[in-house]
Order: sequence, then C-alpha cells, then structure tokens
Amino acid sequence: MPVTIKDVEYIANLARLEFKEEEKEKFTEQFNRILEYIDKLNELDTTDVEPLYHVIDLKNVFREDIVKESYPREEILKNAPSRTEFFFKVPKVIQVEKPQKENEDKEQS
Amino acid sequence: MFADKYEAVIGLEIHAQLLTNSKAFCGCSTKFGLPPNSNVCPICLGMPGTLPVLNKRVVEFAIKLGLATHCKIRTYSIFARKNYFYPDLPKGYQISQYEEPICYDGYVEIELKNGEKKKIRLRRIHMEEDAGKSIHDQDVDTLIDINRCGVPLLEIVTEPDINTPQEAALYLTKIRQLVQYLDICDGNMEEGSLRCDANVSVRLKGEKKLGTKTEVKNMNSIKNVEKALEYEINRQIQILESGGTVIQETLLWDAGAGVVRPMRSKEEAHDYRYFPEPDLVPVVVPEEWINEIKKSLPELPEEKRDRFMKQYKLPKYDAEVLTSSKALADYYEQCVKYIDDYKSVSNWIMVEVLKILNERQIDIADFKVKPEHLAMLINLVNEGKINQTTAKMVLEEISETGEEPDSLIERKGLLQISDESFIEEVVVKVLEGNKENVERYFAGKDKLFGYFVGEVMKLTKGKANPKIVNEVLKRKLEEMRVKVNG
Repeated sequence: MPVTIKDVEYIANLARLEFKEEEKEKFTEQFNRILEYIDKLNELDTTDVEPLYHVIDLKNVFREDIVKESYPREEILKNAPSRTEFFFKVPKVIQVEKPQKENEDKEQS
Repeated sequence: MFADKYEAVIGLEIHAQLLTNSKAFCGCSTKFGLPPNSNVCPICLGMPGTLPVLNKRVVEFAIKLGLATHCKIRTYSIFARKNYFYPDLPKGYQISQYEEPICYDGYVEIELKNGEKKKIRLRRIHMEEDAGKSIHDQDVDTLIDINRCGVPLLEIVTEPDINTPQEAALYLTKIRQLVQYLDICDGNMEEGSLRCDANVSVRLKGEKKLGTKTEVKNMNSIKNVEKALEYEINRQIQILESGGTVIQETLLWDAGAGVVRPMRSKEEAHDYRYFPEPDLVPVVVPEEWINEIKKSLPELPEEKRDRFMKQYKLPKYDAEVLTSSKALADYYEQCVKYIDDYKSVSNWIMVEVLKILNERQIDIADFKVKPEHLAMLINLVNEGKINQTTAKMVLEEISETGEEPDSLIERKGLLQISDESFIEEVVVKVLEGNKENVERYFAGKDKLFGYFVGEVMKLTKGKANPKIVNEVLKRKLEEMRVKVNG
C-alpha cells in the first residue's frame, strides 16, 4: 500500500513538523521509494528465524543500584528557554473541562 | 436503578514506583521531595549523545513481583520506546516494554465479601521509567520538575476480569499489600508512588461483546478508586438508558466534586509508534537467577496469615487483620516475644492500637509504644496489677509520650488494689452508707449490685480489682441477707 500525502501529514503532525506542499509531495515520493526498497526483504523466507531486536550481540548490561551525584542545577536549567525559580516553564498544556451543560441537566433528572 | 440489568467490565493498570536508590537508567537519586530539578543529569534529561544503562535491581524487583503474582518470567526481554511529546518527558519518548514484557500471564486472588475467591488475571508486568512532574496550578504557565524523570516503575496490567468497584478495591489492596511485603514499593497512593488507572465499560448482562470503554485517571486512594468507578459505571449506564452512546475518552476523577471530567490535552494523538529501544541491550534472565530470587522472597501475606493461625492459634479474622501490613505483623511478632498470651495481644492490637492509629492517622511505624511495652502492659492486666480501664488509659498516654508503662503507673499511683481486707473496708463503708438501697436490693432490685460496685470504684479512684470487689460485695451482701432474714 503506497504512502499518500495524508500519511506524510499525519507523521509530520506526530513529529510536530510543518512542511510546504511541495515538500510533502517530495516526502511522499521518498517514503514510497524507501519502503519499496525495504520491501525487498520480504522476498526472504524468515519462517524459522528468531526476530532480531538488537544488532549488537550483547546482553545484560547492568549498573548496580548506586546513587551518583547529579548535575549542578544551574547547568541543567541553562538550556531552559523559560524558567520560574528552579522550574522549567512551558505554555499551559492541560485543561480540564467542566461537564457540558446538557450532561449536567441529565444528571439532575 | 438499572444496576441489575448491566454489568461493568473493568481492567486496572497500576504503576508502582520502585524503592531503588537510583533511577532506572542513570545514577540520579530517586528520593522523593527534593528541591525541583536537583536530581537530574544529562541521561534523564534526554541530552543527545547519552546512553542509558539499566539498574539491575529494577529487573530483580520485577521478577520478585512476577513470582509473587504467579506470572511467567520471560527469559528474554527487551525495552521499547513509546513516542509522544509532553513537556515532562524531555526525551520525547518513554523507555518502556512493549512486545516482550518481563512478566506475563499471572493472577492475583481476591476474597469477596461472601467468602468466594476470585482470580484476577494479570496480562503483564513490565518495567518502564516515570515521567517528570507538571504543575498546572501555580502559575499561568505549566511548571516542570524533572526529578521524577527516569524513576523506575512497574506497570501491572490486569485482564478485564473485574466487575465491581469493590472488586477493584480488593485487588488494589492486594497489590499494595504485596509490593509492601516485597519491599519494592512503599504503596503510598496519596504521594503517588502507587497509581491506578482504570478502563471501564458496561454491557447488558449476558452480552458477550464489550461496550465502549473510558479511561479514568487521577484516583489517589483506594476509596477514591471505588467512588470514581461507582460514578463512572452509573454515568455510562445512564447514557445507554437514555439512548446515547458512550464516547471513548480519558476522564479525570475530581475527588472534591465527586465527578469525572473529560481531560483535554493538547497531545491527543494516541499513536505511540513503539519500536525496540536501540540504546539498551536485551535482558536475559537465566533460570538460576529466578531461583535465587525465589529463594530470597519473604514470607508473603497469605503464608504469614496461615502461619499466624497455626503458630499463635489465632482465628482467621485476627490473623488476616494482623498480617494486612507487614509492619503490623512484625509489631505483633515483636510483642509476643515478651508474652505467651497470643490472643490478648491480638485483641489489644486489633482494637486499641488500631483505634489510636486511626484516630491520629498515623502508621504503626510512627506508633510510640514499643512492642515490649505493650506486652508489659498486657502482662500487668493479666497479673491483676492494673485493670482494663486503667490499661487503656495508660496506653493512650504512653502512645503520646513513649514513656514506659510501669513508670507511668507508678508515677500516677495506678496500681490496682487487690488487698482484700482493704477492699472489704470500703465495701462495708459503701453498704452502711446506702442502707435504703441495700433494702431495695434485698427486695429484688438486683441491678443495684452494679451501683454498689460503682460506689466502691469511686472511693478507690477506679483502682480496686473489680474481680475482688465483686466477690467481697457478694459475700458481704449474703452475710447481711442472712442477718436480716435470720
């Protein structure tokens, strides 16, 4: 199933990116070309092959549960475009709406 | 009112914050309540070029809980990235597990009110990291504290096996008890170290197909989970009864108003585009490791309850209450080291101690009376040195001061009077001063006996041994009756 311009817009939105129309068209074409290429892999029979989750043949790389010093807070906050005292500050992200009027009426009846 | 017509189907997702010292993938402290953004480093802040390294204890804790909930442990387990944008998640993805969770196919058994047992199946338990904290109500903007970012969590997901808010509460209580026994999470719902979200739908009884579900969040106590589910089930039934349709949405429980409200977030796309986390290598759990952890498992609540019934000859009810938390069970066992009267200790803890804890809203850990002091107090009662009423008073007082019971009893002169000749003196005095009442007693007013006891107690400031008072009083009255009649 080929990628359409709608898919590109959807993915762009998930990644919070905005593109011009001609860019979207270009990406649509490129996405299709990449997928076509990857699709070649489907020609292989993988029935008896275990899925590979990692390219490096390593396992169980652990740390012991030991506390190390964190970074100086001022260094951490240096990257903040906006801050209030020791907090990062971002535009309001959440809004809880009151139940709609008609719902309220329903509850009372 | 339509409750009999419908059935609710509930699945719970519990997030348990793990009691590790350091975060899941870096060495920052997990300590709660530190100043904002003070335990943060480039790894938990998601700086480019950093690499997470898994805290071994997180895997151990996951396996512990998996074993305690009859799960299968996956010997080959991997991490995944769950991608979404939210300011308290600076990396833009949460490291979680998707395809190969470490524990799967388990169950927890709950006991319903009617004594019936019900298995709540667990679909999976997986390891993941917590996000930071967004504070929405202190500023016109949202404030972000990254301290919690990267703190290890276990997410415990049930199958939709729960049918009532009460079952949900029982299940949650059980999980909280388990994580506390295993010492992997403090289980504090108010502080958010144990969090619970619910998927709720309703359907006509007998219907096989599931109804449209909603997700209810923000329930920060077991009581609130019960209330929120009650509310949400009724809300959905009312919508269906009035011919409407339930909308699939996320709802926040407002405990103050007792209602759920739709949560509107600017990040509504629920397309997490999971893919295997390339920065972390697979976790391979050999059989020996599982066995080692199995051996290290502490005695679990049900085993402890059964042992208490056997070892201390306690009724099931007592054993259940005492083992409801590990701390309480430990307190009991500390007490009975100093006294053989197991049942009395159980009564005292279940009634008096729990009453005090409840009144003051404190935990047994903050209870000032040492186990040996409670044992001493009960021994004093058993030996007849103080009576029950005095003992309760003493307990009340030393639970505030932490003083030793015998020193308080001596200081206040509370020792019970068991000197029979002294008690006899007082009894005679009371009977002589109440000649009319004595006559009425002989005429059949039996209830006056209690009045006489009360008068003796009054004169001895409550210190007279009630048993001896009763005996002496009975004897004296009998003597007088013989005299009058004879």
